[in-house]
Amino acid sequence: MKEYFKNVWTWFYTILIGMKVTLKHLFASKVTIQYPDERYPIPPIARNRLQLDPDLCNGCLQCSRICPVQCITVETLKVVPDDPERPMMGDGTPRKIWVPRYDIDFAKCCYCGLCTTVCPTEAIKHTTDFEYSSYTRDGLIYHFSAMTPEKVEEKKKLLAEWNAKQKALKEAAAKASSGVDKKES
Amino acid sequence: METFNIFDRLLGENILSALVSVILPLVFLIIYALIAILGELKISAWIQERLGPMRTGPYGILQPLAEVIKLIQKEDIVPAGANRLLFNLAPFVIFAGSFAGFAVIPFTAAFVPAEINIGLFYVFAVGAFAVIGIVMGGWASNNKYSLLGAMRSASQMISYEIPGALVILSAAVLANSLDMQKISALQSGPFWNWFLFGGPGDWSKIWILPFTLLLSLIYMISSFAETNRTPFDIPEGESELVAGYHTEYSGMKFAMFFFAEYSNMFIVAAILTVIFLGGWNSPFGEFMNGFWWGLFWFILKAMFIVFIQIWLRWTLPRVRVDQLMYLGWKILLPFSLVCFIVISLYRIIY
Amino acid sequence: MTTTRFIDIDFSKIESDRMRLNVGPQHPSTHGVLRLEVELDGEVVTNVIPHIGYLHRCFEKISENMNYQQVIPYVDRMDYISSMNNELAYVMAVEKLMDIKVPEKVEYIRVIMSELNRIANHQIAVATFGLDAGAFTPFLYLFRDREYILWIFEKASGGRLLFNYFWVGGLANDVYPTFKEDVLNIVKQVRKTNKEIEDLLIYNKIFIDRTANVGVLPADVAINYGCSGPVLRGSGVQFDLRKNEPYSIYDRFDFEIPIGKGEVGTVGDCWDRNIVRMREMEQSCRIIELAIAQMPNEGDVQAAIPKKIRPPKGEIYFRAENPKGELGFYIISDGKDKPYRVKGRAPSFVNLSVLPEISRGYLFADLIVILGSIDIVLGEVDR
Repeated sequence: MKEYFKNVWTWFYTILIGMKVTLKHLFASKVTIQYPDERYPIPPIARNRLQLDPDLCNGCLQCSRICPVQCITVETLKVVPDDPERPMMGDGTPRKIWVPRYDIDFAKCCYCGLCTTVCPTEAIKHTTDFEYSSYTRDGLIYHFSAMTPEKVEEKKKLLAEWNAKQKALKEAAAKASSGVDKKES
Repeated sequence: METFNIFDRLLGENILSALVSVILPLVFLIIYALIAILGELKISAWIQERLGPMRTGPYGILQPLAEVIKLIQKEDIVPAGANRLLFNLAPFVIFAGSFAGFAVIPFTAAFVPAEINIGLFYVFAVGAFAVIGIVMGGWASNNKYSLLGAMRSASQMISYEIPGALVILSAAVLANSLDMQKISALQSGPFWNWFLFGGPGDWSKIWILPFTLLLSLIYMISSFAETNRTPFDIPEGESELVAGYHTEYSGMKFAMFFFAEYSNMFIVAAILTVIFLGGWNSPFGEFMNGFWWGLFWFILKAMFIVFIQIWLRWTLPRVRVDQLMYLGWKILLPFSLVCFIVISLYRIIY
Repeated sequence: MTTTRFIDIDFSKIESDRMRLNVGPQHPSTHGVLRLEVELDGEVVTNVIPHIGYLHRCFEKISENMNYQQVIPYVDRMDYISSMNNELAYVMAVEKLMDIKVPEKVEYIRVIMSELNRIANHQIAVATFGLDAGAFTPFLYLFRDREYILWIFEKASGGRLLFNYFWVGGLANDVYPTFKEDVLNIVKQVRKTNKEIEDLLIYNKIFIDRTANVGVLPADVAINYGCSGPVLRGSGVQFDLRKNEPYSIYDRFDFEIPIGKGEVGTVGDCWDRNIVRMREMEQSCRIIELAIAQMPNEGDVQAAIPKKIRPPKGEIYFRAENPKGELGFYIISDGKDKPYRVKGRAPSFVNLSVLPEISRGYLFADLIVILGSIDIVLGEVDR
């Protein structure tokens, strides 16, 4: 019998305590901010969308190898030594490798930051941009290479010519040396 | 004071005054529903330390309008095996039940739409319509979860009507009348004349003061169960499987269910105000008393009760079905019986 | 007109006893994609069969092709709510295999981050438990506090939920200058909110009636099923890996292990598991304060380890106390830079197995509450 009355009293009492808590919050200051107009500042260390600086990328393929989900696709092309353009990297050294294709598929990227730690030239970095949603899946594949298709064709032709020239030189050297050998033997 | 419909005197007792008497509360109800929806959104948001709707209109004032427009333009789906007639009729039956109660609510001293002198009894009787509507809605949906939810809701509403009826009986005994207008008039004067504090009278009412307080509390709890609000919102339980009797409804009929719920909230708040909080009387006695002041005080007190209902919804967890039955039958019923006996004894002695 | 006469119906053919209900993969609660096949007798639950696998991502097979550094983002995503603890268990397993000792500062930061993540995890557990019982406001209060913790994580490591912060041999980067003050402020805020939640939810009679004496898990059943964490401690068993088999520097801190004592109801009911989580938050606050006081300000955050992580041949099973239970990693290394086998023993997977046992005989509404009290996250159950 006493249990019954104690129960009833506890029901009443704890409900009133709960109501006091919510009443206090009713008049407390609110934590919402009006999002598109006001934003919370994001620390620069935050790992949001990646950004590549193509001038600094030296085509070492470290980022592509370390990515746990294989979202970085890179194609490289060797820079021909007698290229008339004499390309330079962003930090002043001569460029050794062209990067005609550098795609990151942000649908796959897991924002782990491993690619940014292994990049030797700090070409790839995280930005604080997180509002890049797209209506199509292809819209999430970002192309970071700065080379136009015509330039890629031109450099491929140069490389093919250089390879052919190198092959011809090697054959001539081989023939000359075998000819010398033949003469000697 | 007798129940009195000013339009009957002004326009003669014909169809025109009847029409005005019906349309006026309906208009009030629509405006009130819009305000109550906005109030619920905003108050629940402020309790949860957020701001609620802020974009539609300045500070989100036009949000209820946006919700109504959204619900109106939705597709009206009737499930395949449903009983079309009952399915379409159910929301309107529920609404009719609560709107019929408006016929006897004394908004001011001069306006009660229906001049009958058994107002208290009548409003309780038509309040039971909602049970029919709910069972219709649940059964006609051809969905076993809706049926389960409707059954639970019906049993909940029926078992909580009994303590409510006992409260009203006690109030009728205290006031010697079932007439809502007379009960309001009896509580004129400063606020200690309210039935909450024992009613008009001398210091002898100190004997029943704790019991009237208890009675108002019992009525408030049973009114939560009547309107299916948390902590008794098992029929609408959002985090349990059964989504209740209004699972299959969409569009305007769903809007009607919610309109009926808000209207029900106001009816029970109005009854509580009339019986316990002094109706349209000002709490300061003669100061701020008058025809328009009466309207203002009545609406203020009823809105305060509605605010308490919203406040409790966002504070308390849900009660389980068997505990709900325990509360209704084994706690509220004995307490309300005891109060009734004490008040009857008081009336005999004094 | 022909009507069916009741005398003609053969009632033995109608299976009117048990109803099979499907609590489908899409839930109103936030546990994840779990399918429960529930057998009901009226309102009473007679059997529950959980069907899992909707979130299986082949983490263990994939990690056979990743080197030890690349596995860490995958380990993060097992129990995605308490990532720091997952990383701690994995990284300590590899370090033990390679016999690496990390600098002091790293140990302290690891402990602080793990305990902060424990608080964050329990905040979600209590919040969603309240939501399952029907209380909507504690959810928002706890998530607002959790947001402050996530800001600290973002400023320290760069990620809010998944960090890739603990690396083999140390940390990815050092913490920011105002780290200590921020953490102490959080501890104060967490204590304040916990007091409010106790008033609003935990000691509320309606909530107590809902959760006490529901889903009682006896201690011997819990041990037999292999439960761990708050599920085990809620049944009164005093077992916490941080005290029984101390790892990292937990033996330097003085804290208590809260267990369920059946204050309102029986020992091992849902309320007990919940109060264990609330009290563990308080103990975590204590550990954090002690660790902040003892943490050195200077020091390396990376031990001297070879560039390519190549553990010697061998195998190791290392277990740590995750907020949800005991997380174990069994790593077999064959001397290469990619592990031969990584197996994660997920606490939620084992804790979920006890669900059919403890929910028999209770009402259907109680089943949801019991599931909330076990606190599973499907990323761990399915890996």
